[in-house]
Amino acid sequence: MKHQMIAAEQPRLLLPQAEPQAGGQRSGRPQYLEVRNLKVVFDGFTAVDGVNLDVTQGDLRFLIGPNGAGKTTIIDAMTGLVPATGSVNHTGTEILGRKVHQIAKLGVGRTFQTASVFENLSVLQNLDIAAGARRRPLELLRRRRGTDPAVDEALEIIGLEHLASKQAGTLAHGQKQWLEIGMLLVQNSELLLLDEPIAGMSQDERAQTGELLRRIGASRITLVIEHDMDFVREYATSVTVLAGGKVLSEGSVAQVQADPRVQEVYLGTTPAKGH
Amino acid sequence: MSTDTIRRTTGGFAARLTSVRQSRTGVLAGFAAAAVLLLVAAPALLPVFSLGLLGKFLCFAIVAVGIGLAWGRGGMLTLGQGVFFGLGAYIMAMHMKLADAALFGGSGVPDFMALYGTGTVPGWWEPFRSPVVTVLAVVLVPGVVALILGLAIFKRRVKGAYFAILSQALAAAFAVLLIGQQATTGGSNGLSGFRSFFGFDLADPANKRMLYLLTAVVLLAVVAAARQLMHSRFGELLVAVRDQEERVRFLGYDPATVKTVVYVLAAVMAGVAGALFVPLVGIISPADVGVTPSIAFLIGVAIGGRSTVLGPVLGALGVAIAQTSLASSFPSFWVYFQGLLFVLVIGFLPGGLASLPAVLGRLRRKRNDDGGAARASAPATSAAPVPPAVPRAHPIHAAASPLAAVPAAAKEHRP
Repeated sequence: MKHQMIAAEQPRLLLPQAEPQAGGQRSGRPQYLEVRNLKVVFDGFTAVDGVNLDVTQGDLRFLIGPNGAGKTTIIDAMTGLVPATGSVNHTGTEILGRKVHQIAKLGVGRTFQTASVFENLSVLQNLDIAAGARRRPLELLRRRRGTDPAVDEALEIIGLEHLASKQAGTLAHGQKQWLEIGMLLVQNSELLLLDEPIAGMSQDERAQTGELLRRIGASRITLVIEHDMDFVREYATSVTVLAGGKVLSEGSVAQVQADPRVQEVYLGTTPAKGH
Repeated sequence: MSTDTIRRTTGGFAARLTSVRQSRTGVLAGFAAAAVLLLVAAPALLPVFSLGLLGKFLCFAIVAVGIGLAWGRGGMLTLGQGVFFGLGAYIMAMHMKLADAALFGGSGVPDFMALYGTGTVPGWWEPFRSPVVTVLAVVLVPGVVALILGLAIFKRRVKGAYFAILSQALAAAFAVLLIGQQATTGGSNGLSGFRSFFGFDLADPANKRMLYLLTAVVLLAVVAAARQLMHSRFGELLVAVRDQEERVRFLGYDPATVKTVVYVLAAVMAGVAGALFVPLVGIISPADVGVTPSIAFLIGVAIGGRSTVLGPVLGALGVAIAQTSLASSFPSFWVYFQGLLFVLVIGFLPGGLASLPAVLGRLRRKRNDDGGAARASAPATSAAPVPPAVPRAHPIHAAASPLAAVPAAAKEHRP
């Protein structure tokens, strides 16, 4: 297999040897995300109402639900952007109540619905900055010479090697999203929170993004918000359905689709099966 | 390739000097040329009076370098650099007053204190009798004040116009405070009439020349430091914070720390400039540190090109020289001219004169594009918003699908 031949040639920092599976990695001591009774209230409106979530390393969990179900708000709460009550436990560390940059340093990374890369900097500089939060002050004051091995590998994984010196603002929409994912990789994020990563992408770009998630997902805890049911069916190893700020259903794509409550609230008439 | 990007980021000040800028030796050569010009040519050619005037302008240029870092690179519109300039200047002035009084007066009490005050030196003046304390304080006091202010302001996420207003209010308050303390700071008269500088007679042309040389050396050092900072990883991080502060947080950095570091640096530069200004010009008063001078510091930076290394320096020098020559012939006209220039630059050339080559180049390309529009059907560039400074030579989408190779490898695993 070509894939493993490459792996044998050079040490892999960012890529696992396996693929994501439902329930995640069962061997060793996997990392996990444990959300308990998460609640977010805006001016009396309860956006997230007692959500419980368990995601294990190696699971490609998709978060779906109708508009206003509280999907993005959950990610905002977990990354410290909005205040919330309850508990968010990342492999033994409580992350709720900490500041945004502290949560990021604990290995929690996210992307945004609209790609937010540093448009005035090159692709390489974007990745270098993402890799640098642990750098010591004196190291920061020196000029960047050569690239971090992790940055090189991330460039290859996200397929932007040939655009490394290009200004990030000139990238196509899909490439920006890939760059964001690459930034999470070099940032050493163990918990990836991806907010609609394929929104606005072409069919080709969607497939490439899906394969990218599959490549990186096995060694990480991945939570993806997505609307596109075809994409969910193709790449999700497990799905959580939210509605009105609550968890409605959870399980494999087939289980969730078979759930009558889901059909009623979210899917309406079940989309054509076996596309 | 990274210098390539940085040049675009900076608004392309050296777009015409591309070949020179690319080599390290080119930069060193340019720096050496500037050093020769400032340290050898100017003292040899200019009379002592003009040299003093140039020294004063160089002080403004030192402040400008700091503003260029804080505003151009860090996005912090500091309308209150007069505060830090004033702190450095008043500390130096107090020391010189005390030293003069000890050298020439005998009593050790500065002349104005005998006139307006109790005739005794207040306790908080005493430390500045020591030259060592004075030199340290010139650097540390503005730095520490900026550190405290910066942490208080940036940790609370005050930014944009609110930060600008706040910094301007500080300058106004500082001037009012100084004016109110007639007995200890000289009030609106300020401090003047200095005769010696660390034991050197200020009336001696040789010492005046030395003072100028000291200022020029400081400016060169400050420019070199600013360039190193801009090209370092920290410089890249600073631009990232300027453009997308929130995003930087999610990478694990605290933007408040990054901004505070640069704010402190800018403050120290302003403080040192103030300390050099006093012996060169011979007076420091609230009129040199309030709102108006604080904004005047900014104008040169904006006109020269705030995000470049040399733009602020050349802009500040240019404005100061123009002011001196124009203000003497049309005293009342200068203010309007300065205002007009500021409005024009902010409105039509936000990158300053440094961005002029890039803007002209873009205009020329645009004209060419319009001419050849018929042959280019190019639907490709529509999706990606292209920043103005970047040549849109290649259709972006036309590049071969970058992840094409990835799924091929991954798919082999799947049944």
